[in-house]
Amino acid sequence: MFPDRADRIDALVAIGQRYDARGAADVPRTVEKRVPGCESEVFIDTKPMGSGLKYLFAVDNPQGISAMALAELLDEGLSGVALDVVAKVPDDLVYEVFGRELSMGKSLGLTGMLRMVKHEAAKVLASG
Amino acid sequence: MPSILERGYAVGEALVETSWVAEHLNDPNFVLVESNEDPLLYSAGHAPGAHEVDWTRDLNNPLTRDYIQREAFEKLMSRIGATPDTTIIFYGDKSNWWATYALWVFELFGHMNCKIMDGGRQKWIDEGRPLSKDRLAAGSSQYHAPERNDDDLRVFRDEVMQHVLRKGKLIDVRSPQEFTGERLHMEAYPNEGALRGGHIPGARSIPWARAVNENGTFKTADELRGLYESEAELSRLDDVIVYCRIGERSSHTWFALKYLLGYSRVRNYDGSWTEWGNLVGAPIER
Repeated sequence: MFPDRADRIDALVAIGQRYDARGAADVPRTVEKRVPGCESEVFIDTKPMGSGLKYLFAVDNPQGISAMALAELLDEGLSGVALDVVAKVPDDLVYEVFGRELSMGKSLGLTGMLRMVKHEAAKVLASG
Repeated sequence: MPSILERGYAVGEALVETSWVAEHLNDPNFVLVESNEDPLLYSAGHAPGAHEVDWTRDLNNPLTRDYIQREAFEKLMSRIGATPDTTIIFYGDKSNWWATYALWVFELFGHMNCKIMDGGRQKWIDEGRPLSKDRLAAGSSQYHAPERNDDDLRVFRDEVMQHVLRKGKLIDVRSPQEFTGERLHMEAYPNEGALRGGHIPGARSIPWARAVNENGTFKTADELRGLYESEAELSRLDDVIVYCRIGERSSHTWFALKYLLGYSRVRNYDGSWTEWGNLVGAPIER
């Protein structure tokens, strides 16, 4: 994505700062909606959009700038995209975006966000 | 909330208040360092004049699982404009979890003029203190470091094994689920890079975050003694080993025991569970 670390970080910060907080009316704070393993307290809800789903994220940790950046990227990049395409997005996307110098906890949290999006897409796909 | 001086710490000078840092932002005797888990936070805004020390890029050897060597540390210190006489003030995210990790590595090189800004990055922001997005130019100070000396602060697996056999004191600072090995069964997630779950025999579980208040500041000495002495049955003269998954969370507990409670012999096992939980034949308790 960005070969230079500083450029990548600046771009991701700018993307993360586009994130608008969502209240419980938009994204319920329930166990089912919570991304497991993510310390930034991220919740995901969906609603139909085009041939796919609209992915709605709530990041409740004010310091969770990486989670906010990924939320924006996943929403902008995958909302409305065909479910079978979303379900097949490789987990490595997280490392392509953030680089491999992530702590294990951060990797788990961010990968968890992507996996939950894929899971939501696969669930709707399976239900026909 | 009692001030740092009122909290009864053994070495209260190891902590500084955010207000004190705000008053010393332009003091040439101090270098402010932000160290975070989240690699985006520093660029999103940091205390004015703070340098970033990144735990992977700056502190870890890129090839071997180990920390940097003398030459790289000298370059790092030069970059942040520090001399051997400079006092480094660390702060960061996660209630200073990564800041204490950085401080611990700095002490491996004998740089003992180090302090932690109590409450870390979040407290600084919550108090409405200034943030800057300026990228600081690399410094050019002269810094001659000794070779890294792991003896007093760091412990390796063979010594940990001997410690277990002697029934020495160990504190596992991971979550209760990691301590019991329950994390092995968490669907779709690896057990933090380990093949086995559980804890080192004899270890007591005191998750690192229990040492801090909701606002990220450290609890009082009495409260810490309640945790580590009443609950985990440590005493100040014990030879204590702390560990977590890779040694970062346990640096926080190492700091609390060494500086806030004045323990004379506390070492960090940075191999931690990612080593012990993969070690063939290593004894494990659940």
